[in-house]
Amino acid sequence: MKRWPSLTLFTVTLFALWLLLNDTLAPGQLALGLILTIAITLGTAVMRPLRARPHHLLAAVRLFFVVLLDIARSNIAVAGVILGPAERRTNSGFMKIPIDLRDPYGLATLACIITATPGTVWAGLSPDGAALTIHVLDLQDEEAWVRTIKYRYERPLMEIFE
Amino acid sequence: MIPVDIPLWADLLASLLMITGGALTLIGSLGLLRLPDLFARIHGPTLNNSLGLGSVLLASILIASIQADRLVFQEVLITLFVVATAPVTAMLLMRAGMYRRRADGGKKKAPQPDEST
Repeated sequence: MKRWPSLTLFTVTLFALWLLLNDTLAPGQLALGLILTIAITLGTAVMRPLRARPHHLLAAVRLFFVVLLDIARSNIAVAGVILGPAERRTNSGFMKIPIDLRDPYGLATLACIITATPGTVWAGLSPDGAALTIHVLDLQDEEAWVRTIKYRYERPLMEIFE
Repeated sequence: MIPVDIPLWADLLASLLMITGGALTLIGSLGLLRLPDLFARIHGPTLNNSLGLGSVLLASILIASIQADRLVFQEVLITLFVVATAPVTAMLLMRAGMYRRRADGGKKKAPQPDEST
């Protein structure tokens, strides 16, 4: 029974994608989309051996807006670094962050969030999964970055995926 | 498509969004020039495909919706595909750079003018 929610969520997402791509709600496209998405879901089930079990969709929506806000803010910050004086541009460096999130889908989402946010890029996860390495453009306050990642992103992701 | 009269406010808003997007993309690309090494340069183009792309797409949604006289939000798909794919290339570049630095054995790197383009 555990696999049911993620299966439907995947199908619904694909179905919505199909309708959006075709920009239509015509009955023919609805039927075609339904058949296609169910076939694709069944056909690719083997390629997705791990079941994602997202719950707390409300937390996911909240996280989405938090990330959107952070992306906008760090855009301005990075633009400031690029246009700013030369010494601010040499502050970049790697840093390690201890991490408690273990769900692979959660980690993949975290990687995308960190990389999509300007100023930080995911640079790897330690083999035991206990520490992740990120590269930060404006590395002045390591503590602040650890707090941002752990409280703003990791905690909601653990809520959603674990 | 038949040109439709676009109200002034939408015109202004869309122009503002386009200029913001263009400026951010320019700044992001300037980052490639101004930042010192590969790792720092990876951060430059992320401006282009986050807020830069976002504002251009918002402008597109706005104008397309007014012209079609209904909500057109197919552009959301572009965002979705870019957000799902762009980080992967950035991470690959980052990992490749790290492996190369490790292979160099901590040697002082020669300046590399255009590796992240």
